[in-house]
Amino acid sequence: MQPPEELRVPSFRAASALPWITTPLLIALVLLAWHFYVSVSKISAFILPSPAAVWAAWKQIIVAAPTWKHTWATVYETLAGFFWASIIGIALGVALGRVRWLEVTLNPFIVATQVIPKVALVPLMIVWFGFGMTSKMVIAAVLAFFPILSNTVLGVKSVDAGHRDVMVSLNASRWMVLRRLELPSSLPYILTGMEVGVVLAIIGAVVGEFLGGDVGLGYLLVARMNAYETDVLFAVIVHMTMVGFMFYFAIGVVRRLLIPWHESVASEKAGS
Amino acid sequence: MSEGALRSAPGIQLAGVEKWYSARREPVFALAETTLSVAPGEFLVLLGPSGCGKTTLLRMIGGLVCPTRGSIRVADHELWRDGQRDDSAVRELGMVFQDANLFPWLSIEENIALPLEMRRVPRGERLRRARDLTRLVGIEGFERRWPRELSGGMRQRAAIARALSYDPRILLMDEPFGALDALTRDAMNMELQRIWGATGKTIVLVTHSITEAVFLADRVVLLSPRPGKIDTVINIDFARPRSLDLQASVEFLSIVSRLRHRLEQIS
Repeated sequence: MQPPEELRVPSFRAASALPWITTPLLIALVLLAWHFYVSVSKISAFILPSPAAVWAAWKQIIVAAPTWKHTWATVYETLAGFFWASIIGIALGVALGRVRWLEVTLNPFIVATQVIPKVALVPLMIVWFGFGMTSKMVIAAVLAFFPILSNTVLGVKSVDAGHRDVMVSLNASRWMVLRRLELPSSLPYILTGMEVGVVLAIIGAVVGEFLGGDVGLGYLLVARMNAYETDVLFAVIVHMTMVGFMFYFAIGVVRRLLIPWHESVASEKAGS
Repeated sequence: MSEGALRSAPGIQLAGVEKWYSARREPVFALAETTLSVAPGEFLVLLGPSGCGKTTLLRMIGGLVCPTRGSIRVADHELWRDGQRDDSAVRELGMVFQDANLFPWLSIEENIALPLEMRRVPRGERLRRARDLTRLVGIEGFERRWPRELSGGMRQRAAIARALSYDPRILLMDEPFGALDALTRDAMNMELQRIWGATGKTIVLVTHSITEAVFLADRVVLLSPRPGKIDTVINIDFARPRSLDLQASVEFLSIVSRLRHRLEQIS
């Protein structure tokens, strides 16, 4: 027997296609309003350049070699910081989630590190790690660390008691419990933490670049500001937003690859 | 059942087993001194109202809960020694829970093969065994599906296949069909009887359904609550294999009504 045709998951769906129409439309609307406001109010281009000017500036900066040097610097700092935040966050999170006394002992300190406005640590990091990329990487890591850690702890603690019973009744080794139960079961939580973490890592890297050094998109931003090139400033913001989107989408792709079994992915696929 | 199967299936002996649960005010007496012996190849059913300690008893035999006092011997191994579990005794046991407890991140065949992975069986061999088992429990063709794509009854079949995968000689089942509708439950009871006949394992099954108990059991052990203790033991001598029509027979119904009266008195 053949299943009815409409139950096959099609490659194209109205619901998933909708954003491809609405998003450009909304962007166009905002740009139009912006353009209208600038031309009617005669506002100074130092305060608010027209979309056309920003577009022209953006076309210029993306073909300029230094822009890509700055972009790679920021991407590198973000990735490296995010990488270490993930490694340490997940490892420590699993340990805290499994060992109750460790969590009780360390929790006040972890909370303390979160209560400090972390951006206040940026000057200190620059003093400690210099004006190079290392200090930005560390800042990115510090910012990304906490959501990854706390989500991992939550994930490990949320492991289903019935699933644990299965592992106990099967005489599973600690390693098997970790590999076959705790990690896969926590993965949706960990990925949510990483989604938040990667955005914070970008913020960390850029804020670090504001304060020290001569490379990175944050540096570029401050330099253009000091030169009163507001149109280029806007263009750099647009550029940074795109870089941010790429990171965010990358995590989304990882999510789809790693947890195809999870509701969050399955419901997307079914187009509910 | 064949003589060979009778010899190969080990039994279970409980002597003076007691269980107290610690609680804030005062420890809870879950199971009073219980002595019980399960013969090799026997199908024993623990029946009782909620709070009668039947699940606690099964979890102690399964090595999930440590008894406060007494001794449990599984396949001639002392299961608990000073609160430590003897893993060689646990290897003889397969457990099926009320929820299928399949891992949602593993396909059906990977779930069934999971115990074999822990026993370091090579992947090809594992998956071949898993496929054979899907045939035995009647979910052939669903090997590559995710658990959430299967119905409750099919998931429970997969859980039984997982418990059978490493060929334990004793099967412990904690209300395995409690969450299923009546029709599916009947079908699963027939299926379980068939699997038991085909594999010759010792089975201890916990249920609160009198009909299920009388239909499946060689022997029904009725437990009374607060604290849990053995109230009545009834041998069920109907010939095997039993058909669902048996449930309408006078003899069957008289045992059921006897148990029901007793249950009403004690709960």
